[in-house]
Amino acid sequence: MLYPSMLRTSGDWFADFEQLYDRMDELLGGRSGTSSIRAVGRAGAFPALNVGSSADAVEIYAFAPGIDPKSIDVSVEKGLLAISGERQARDGKAGEKSEERTAYASERFVGRFRRVVALSEDADPGRVEATYRNGVLKIVVPKRESSKPRQIQISSGS
Amino acid sequence: MQAQSNSTAMQAQQPPRNVQNANARTAPALLPPVDIFEDDGGITLLADLPGVGREDLAIGVDGRNLTIEAPLKLGEADSLTPVYAEVRANHFRRSFELSGDLDTAKIDAGLRDGVLTLHIPKLEQAKPRRIDVRVE
Repeated sequence: MLYPSMLRTSGDWFADFEQLYDRMDELLGGRSGTSSIRAVGRAGAFPALNVGSSADAVEIYAFAPGIDPKSIDVSVEKGLLAISGERQARDGKAGEKSEERTAYASERFVGRFRRVVALSEDADPGRVEATYRNGVLKIVVPKRESSKPRQIQISSGS
Repeated sequence: MQAQSNSTAMQAQQPPRNVQNANARTAPALLPPVDIFEDDGGITLLADLPGVGREDLAIGVDGRNLTIEAPLKLGEADSLTPVYAEVRANHFRRSFELSGDLDTAKIDAGLRDGVLTLHIPKLEQAKPRRIDVRVE
């Protein structure tokens, strides 16, 4: 079908979901579709990722609590943004005398992690900014000037 | 029986299901992953609560019920359109049933980088004691 989006009305829920899934496939690899071979997503991976887009930038939120921000590595290469690091087992003093402890639950992630997001063509990897607050790593990838939406002036013919 | 392994001292349970609560909380809550361990002094609980600020965290004790509840705030701009989301709710909630040997009046809580550390001490009489045998 040519230009399917033109045939959809704005209130079409299914169309919205379809678009969302298309974008999911594009970014992280999907349940059914093809994914970028270097950015294959999987549910339940650590850290969980949310991605949002605005006119100016793509914002990536990585839910990575309890990590020293200095030990998180964020890199961009070949249009892929990679977040990697390691989360240590518990903090400090409790671990010292583990033989006297009984564990009832260990659900929290421990170990090395790496997640990759495929950036869209219009992202500008040269100006990536990352901040860590309350256990959430926020990465802002600005869009290139040329790809930002612009208002086109219509000149009158007369 | 991995899922039941924490029932010895603290029982993981669903939020209360009475009618008022069901109406008040129709939005699904995120269940934060926890580590729970016990030593002679008491129970320590670690919970992952990314995006939670100290001022928003609510820890409530009602009888023997301990509830951790907090909104998740990213501070994102309104103009942001969600593209992909693995976290699809905006608040955390989890409850535990405490056993009678724990001192709920002396719970100590700390939040750092989105990780909550709760320490629940044991009541003095519940702590294991060593009884010295006198030599006569």
